[in-house]
Amino acid sequence: MNPLAVNFAGVPFKNPVALASGTCGFGRELGEVFDLALLGGLCSKGLTLRPRPGNEGIRIWETPSGALNSVGLENPGVQGFIEKDLDWLNSQNLVNIVNLSGHSTQDYLEGVRMLNKVELDLLELNISCPNVKQGGMSFGVKTEVARDIVRRVRALCRHKLVVKLSPNAEDIVGLSQMCREEGADGLTLVNTFQAMAIDINSRKPVFENVYAGLSGPAIKPIVLRMVHQVAKAVDLPIMASGGIVCWQDAVEYILAGATVVQIGVGTFMKPDLAVDIIRGLKDYAAAQGLRSIADIRGVC
Amino acid sequence: MAKILFNKRLSEDFFLLGAQEPNQAAMGQFYMLRAWDAFPLLSRPISVFDADSETVTFLYKVVGQGTRLFSRLRPGDSITLQGPYGNTFPRVSGRVALVGGGVGIAPLYLAAKTLRGAAPPATVDIYLGFSGRVVLEEEYRALADRLVLNVGGFITDEIDPAAYDAILTCGPEPMMRALYEKCRAVDAAHRLYVSMEKRMACGLGACLVCTCKTTGGNRKVCRDGPVFPGGEVFSA
Repeated sequence: MNPLAVNFAGVPFKNPVALASGTCGFGRELGEVFDLALLGGLCSKGLTLRPRPGNEGIRIWETPSGALNSVGLENPGVQGFIEKDLDWLNSQNLVNIVNLSGHSTQDYLEGVRMLNKVELDLLELNISCPNVKQGGMSFGVKTEVARDIVRRVRALCRHKLVVKLSPNAEDIVGLSQMCREEGADGLTLVNTFQAMAIDINSRKPVFENVYAGLSGPAIKPIVLRMVHQVAKAVDLPIMASGGIVCWQDAVEYILAGATVVQIGVGTFMKPDLAVDIIRGLKDYAAAQGLRSIADIRGVC
Repeated sequence: MAKILFNKRLSEDFFLLGAQEPNQAAMGQFYMLRAWDAFPLLSRPISVFDADSETVTFLYKVVGQGTRLFSRLRPGDSITLQGPYGNTFPRVSGRVALVGGGVGIAPLYLAAKTLRGAAPPATVDIYLGFSGRVVLEEEYRALADRLVLNVGGFITDEIDPAAYDAILTCGPEPMMRALYEKCRAVDAAHRLYVSMEKRMACGLGACLVCTCKTTGGNRKVCRDGPVFPGGEVFSA
């Protein structure tokens, strides 16, 4: 028996490690560096109904223990993704998680309609992108605003639905509970924290959009707390994403209640960091005498 | 991990670092360099100054935390090199001008070496602009049919674009833009190739933080570039 195999909302993962949306494109470039089949899953770049060129100006800014990004959902649009990358992703031996964002309710629903016609493993509904002026995170701050979009998407979506939440939500536990009530199959906790940087020479914000999204080890303790709170209160499987850069971080998240972990900026430190983490988890499971890594899920 | 052979201080903030690394790096390409474990989080994109099959050399300037850490490395220390990444300068021939500003002079060294070593060899004039102390003057002179230096002014003032079959440039964006405008004025913009610099994260083309706008739409500097036809970038 494979001790790292987990079941997320009925979808089998060969191990609990996935790449986070926006840090791995659609997998092709990283696939030149390591064997993607080693991964549990891969979350696509956030898609919007129509292609987007993304934001102007500086898009990344390093911080102590993290990075701010303001890519602004540059992507080929749902149709472009379906034509160019979907079949290839489905042919890889991993869980294909397609991340869908939007600027309006109609955008989301049209995107879901298009994705209903194709095969994928999990649809990750992104109501948490802080880097677009319209839509994105504004859907995911207030529970009752989010309820409307989750309800409508759930009613339409034929795929397993995972909602990716924002740490900027007013009430992360309430928001998660709402997703359960509305029939979501799982949660991703969390997208980036809204943050900023200022250039002291120009006396202006670094980013054209003023605010950007903070991720990396800087946010890990906060996200760990959120995962712990939600796991205790809400009966939904969780994919945890927040500053995981070593296997020990992954174990902490599993102990806090996560079923799957997503590696984000860690991939920028080392393109195949996820593979190191998988190896570390395997050794940990062996050293701890675990038949299944799921045995330690949420024991904290 | 690559072993550092030398890490020589050339001026207050310019360093030349050589590492033992089997490679097939070509002119214009870069590596992601990392000489630490977790932090700083991101590796640093540094262009190839020179390369033979066993060694890669980087010319870098200390501008922040990462390059400061590089500056403290000693022979025998280890560094992680990811690459070579990106496209290369085109193999142009005839009369060629290489125009560099600041640390942007770095990729022009291997370019000069490659183009002069081609058959038939190109005629290579090298134009280097510095804001402070001149570095590697003799090294560039040895590879140049003519070496033109400018300190504290505008190196673009020194060049007549009409005199060249091709111009390759790397340096601050305002310098490259000025050179593009100068080329355009004499109908030579199509002979200009620019090497772009952007902040990078993955270096592979997956994260889209180094996007550059071009006449053909967004391009990834790390993967589609760093070298682009000048007109594609500066008329966009």
